[in-house]
Amino acid sequence: MTGDHIVGVSVPRKEGRDKVTGRAQYVDDLTLPGMLFGATVRSQVPRSKIGKITFGPGIAWDEFIVVTARDIPGKNVIALIANDQPCLADGVVNHPEEPILLLAHSDRHLLPQAVAAVSIEYDQLPALFTVEQSETRSEVIWGSDNIFKSYLVEKGDVDGIWKKADYIVEGEYKTGAQEQLYIENNGMIASFDAQQGMTVWGSLQCPFYVHKALMALCNLTADKVRVVQMETGGAFGGKEEYPSMIAAHAALLAIKCGRPVKIIYDRLEDMAATTKRHPSRTRHRTALSKDGRILGGEIELTIDGGAYVTLSPVVLSRATIHAGGAYYWPNVRITAKAVATNAPPHGAFRGFGAPQSLFALERHMDRIAQVVGLSPVEIRKRNFLQPGQMTTTEQTVREPLDLVRLLDRALELSDYHAKKQRFAKENELGTSRKGIGIAAFLHGAGFTGSGERNLSSVVGVEGCADGTIKVLVSSTEFGQGTKTVLCQIAAETLGLPYENVEIAQADTDQVPNSGPTVASRTVMVVGKLVQSAALGIKQTLMGSGLLGDSYSAEQFRSACRTQVAAHGQFRSWARYEAPADVFWDDDKYRGEAYAAFAWAVYVAEATVDMTTYNVSVDDFLALQEVGKVLHPVLARGQIAGGVAQGIGYTLYEKVIWQNGRMQNGQMTNYIMPTSADLPVVRVFFEEMGNVHGAFGAKGIGELPMDGPAPAIVNAVEDALKVPFDSIPLLPEDVFEALLAKREPQSVGGVR
Amino acid sequence: MTESLSLEIRALHEVSLTVNGELKTVRAYPMERLLDVLRHQLGLTGAKEGCGEGECGSCSVLLNDALVNSCLVPVLQAKDADIVTIEGLAAGVQLDVLQEAFLKSGGAQCGICTPGMILAAHHLLRRKPNPTTEEIREGLSGNLCRCTGYIQIVEAVAEAARRRAAA
Repeated sequence: MTGDHIVGVSVPRKEGRDKVTGRAQYVDDLTLPGMLFGATVRSQVPRSKIGKITFGPGIAWDEFIVVTARDIPGKNVIALIANDQPCLADGVVNHPEEPILLLAHSDRHLLPQAVAAVSIEYDQLPALFTVEQSETRSEVIWGSDNIFKSYLVEKGDVDGIWKKADYIVEGEYKTGAQEQLYIENNGMIASFDAQQGMTVWGSLQCPFYVHKALMALCNLTADKVRVVQMETGGAFGGKEEYPSMIAAHAALLAIKCGRPVKIIYDRLEDMAATTKRHPSRTRHRTALSKDGRILGGEIELTIDGGAYVTLSPVVLSRATIHAGGAYYWPNVRITAKAVATNAPPHGAFRGFGAPQSLFALERHMDRIAQVVGLSPVEIRKRNFLQPGQMTTTEQTVREPLDLVRLLDRALELSDYHAKKQRFAKENELGTSRKGIGIAAFLHGAGFTGSGERNLSSVVGVEGCADGTIKVLVSSTEFGQGTKTVLCQIAAETLGLPYENVEIAQADTDQVPNSGPTVASRTVMVVGKLVQSAALGIKQTLMGSGLLGDSYSAEQFRSACRTQVAAHGQFRSWARYEAPADVFWDDDKYRGEAYAAFAWAVYVAEATVDMTTYNVSVDDFLALQEVGKVLHPVLARGQIAGGVAQGIGYTLYEKVIWQNGRMQNGQMTNYIMPTSADLPVVRVFFEEMGNVHGAFGAKGIGELPMDGPAPAIVNAVEDALKVPFDSIPLLPEDVFEALLAKREPQSVGGVR
Repeated sequence: MTESLSLEIRALHEVSLTVNGELKTVRAYPMERLLDVLRHQLGLTGAKEGCGEGECGSCSVLLNDALVNSCLVPVLQAKDADIVTIEGLAAGVQLDVLQEAFLKSGGAQCGICTPGMILAAHHLLRRKPNPTTEEIREGLSGNLCRCTGYIQIVEAVAEAARRRAAA
């Protein structure tokens, strides 16, 4: 063995060279012979019966392929959880931009005019656009009560605490929708052959989600559907479930015309029609003792799921479990629901419900601090979870967690106390106000509760004929570094140079189902399986006497070559097995919610310009405990990038809705931060080992999305002494709040 | 006049331009986007379409040493011009210093903005060989990246500037 560590070292990204030279192949870079281009005709109204469809004049319709719901060979559904979302609307639509029919032509330039020339008569029905409207049930648009899913978490006796409380603090907090805004728009190519079956190539996170959806839609067996992930230009959850819809559309066109069909969304279509982060409303009512300890509380959480179930139950689950945050609640009742509205379905986006409920909680902690008369730091310290205590779902903290120390280190690194004093003094002068705010939080890695057990992921490691190693997983690379880190894990396990290990393209014909690439599970869960499968390779070679206890890379290659020459294909498999002590009750929502939590304290320093009311983040400190850091450069990139998206979520990115339709689906009017807008994010790690992940790693990808919003809004409140309880917080919102604060005085003065 | 103009626009024109040092002649509609000509006719798919309206910069190329969004340039405007795309930056297998720095510093994550970002950085370093951090941030502010928060990109450009100065 080489003796040099590969894990913990910033090795070159596997696909990095292709990315910096422009050779990396994304789906729109792929052209197949005879390929047509597809487009989607979508609903112009939120909720309606569909009347007559007319193909208008001026278009050579005989040159176009047209597909409607009647052309679907199997079930007209995008198979996922509830199977309520049609692939193409049949008779009714439930949200704007719902797909109704599909067109294809060999000249992509002719498609926009053709789409515009299809006119559809609508017989409109009343529609619901907000959580509040959905709750009134003035119209029942889904099921019997407009509720996709609800959860109840109960711990202790909440009803008994109110009379014991010295303080009761209430608050309501809201978050808006957010567009993932990957720079590569969604796209798919489908090709169909009666013998070979269906093949799709696309920009996607979860090959086997698409695989499952195409089987049901096309009425094909598993071996007749092949899904290949192309290089994917950002995803952030936005390519978790919606690619199944686009693949389905391309597949239907390909079946109808017998030629490959490519569908590439333009930015407007991608933003208006595909998923966004769920808007949310969270209400807190908290009982506290005189010294600021939480006695208990009620948390009521509602997310807007849009028109179909899609992933809302799972997003709601994560929001629910994170609602109590990094604090100890002796008594708590969390009631959570996802409701239907007539907007395009909201879906997966990095953080997956946790940013919403943690924004509410971490704002609420600052409110509690004020009522009780403690500092934001002290209120947190008095209530942090400690080893041996149980979370809201009664999961015992077993790791040597020390959140007080984590917070103290963050305060020291950010020079919090000195800055807070200095800003308070300086704010009396000048045309700007500065503030500093903190957020302390956690993020669970892997699927919730029994999710990992149900997924039952499989990973393969192959010893190849040339003696090199290949990792076989359906886990996808879309910027995070999946390929790199999983190869590092295999190389470290086998004691081989990183260059001797490659990873297969995520192609369902070539790789096993290692589960979706979501939920911060890849390194922790899939990585651990890669480690196990790689060990299997080593043990086989040692067991057959081809390899001794210590070996060089060349000896390993030779042993591997001999093994393949003698016995043919040489593969080792590992399947996920839930640890025996992991218990989860889906009915009571109680037990071990996640195999591991990452912990963090973020500190934001913000300036409010009192002329423009623009808020800028001047300094951002991100300190987290994520277990072992396997690749420092990639890990830092994940945190810094997540914080940047969090800053966008807080201060820039506002979806303007009108009757369920996004009005600002362009990069010119939906604004994400540029390099000139963002501070340097200072990233620090603490490492506390974790038994569940490969080499002690925990999940990392979603964590940084949770903290920026509350830390920044807490900083803005510190600067202005005005509370803000909803995001995004744009200059006009700051202006209005300040105006409202001034108004009573000026009214009295003038009159 | 309108009729003759529209005929003109609908007719294919022969356009010659130099791309990555090679003279190319294409037949294209005058208002066809340079981006589409590069990608579809010349097979240079390194330039990407992110927004189609000049906001994201992922289609950035150099046109007579100016950094342009090729989604906003009609091909007729590129007639006889000298175009450099990401494919023209590396000399054979030898990566440009900027490409190496992006690899090392984590400046490329999903990679979709990377070709445009590297060309924007290349353009910046030509004008300002020793840029300050602020100048780098300003110089790249026309190119959007959703993955990195720009920090490792800025570090990569600073590193490349240092290495070019030392060379």
